[in-house]
Amino acid sequence: MTAASVQQMLFWLFAAVLVVAALRVITARNPVHAVLFLVLAFATSAAIWMLLEAEFLAIVLVLVYVGAVMVLLLFVVMMLDIDIEPLRAGFAAHLPLGIVVGALMVLEMALVLSRDFFSAGQFPAQPPLPADHGNTEQLGLALYGDYLFQFEIAALILLVAIVAAIALTLRHRPGVRRQRVATQQAASKASRLRVVKMRAEGAAAGADDGGQSAGGDADRGG
Amino acid sequence: MVPLSHYLILAAVLFAIAVAGIFINRRNMILLLMCIELMLLAVNLNFIAFAHFLGDLGGQVFVFFILTVAAAESAIGLAILVVLFRNRASINVDEMDDLKG
Repeated sequence: MTAASVQQMLFWLFAAVLVVAALRVITARNPVHAVLFLVLAFATSAAIWMLLEAEFLAIVLVLVYVGAVMVLLLFVVMMLDIDIEPLRAGFAAHLPLGIVVGALMVLEMALVLSRDFFSAGQFPAQPPLPADHGNTEQLGLALYGDYLFQFEIAALILLVAIVAAIALTLRHRPGVRRQRVATQQAASKASRLRVVKMRAEGAAAGADDGGQSAGGDADRGG
Repeated sequence: MVPLSHYLILAAVLFAIAVAGIFINRRNMILLLMCIELMLLAVNLNFIAFAHFLGDLGGQVFVFFILTVAAAESAIGLAILVVLFRNRASINVDEMDDLKG
């Protein structure tokens, strides 16, 4: 079996798995199953990207998407106690419309894509890159060279996402005991300690008013 | 070799499935977010296929930025979803009509 036919076979295999996984994402009854099929779709796409010699992005897709974003999605799906039945109420009613629109879009795009412009003659198959070709190195050179400004903007977008996500979900519940370090540091002796003058116990019956309590009485203010 | 049009049609099928998913699951906000992720995946597949067949690395750089923005989008979307569920105990899109649009 030649390398080209192996690649063709792998493409058809991955394409079939990808389409089935995507179909199960939108039809699964249980949202947890839908997320797991989405994970399968992303992993299969990573394999297809490997076939297209985009190794770095394939690994990033697995690490960042499957490893972080999908876990976040799964976490949210499992954390929220969702009653799924009312959400699926219109499923059967909307199904024909969804199928018609989807089929129409596939048909239109297939009509466009099967024209001569996108044929194999216009886009000949690229020869495989040499074994020592570093996709990560080339991408790094492009990112830190031509696309440096856009790269910095991307970093800023991630920062905004972090701040927004934390600011949206942070809440201060009343009645929760927690340490406030700033208040602790700012406390002075005068605000916490009060020396009370009082008569000594017992023997003080005949004594004059000059007796002082030895230790003082520490009184903790709130 | 697999021609370019095969990859493009696969991406088109994926995109159409995601659009159909938005139509048939229009009440469930989590599934809407997942369908948007599927759409972005289809777009990325197009970019990478063209980057490969044109021998241009710019397409892969663009996919890199799309992944960044998509991760930020899903993080903020899920945060909004959590806040929404906390306030209304429901993620039904039909009930979100406070703005009377």
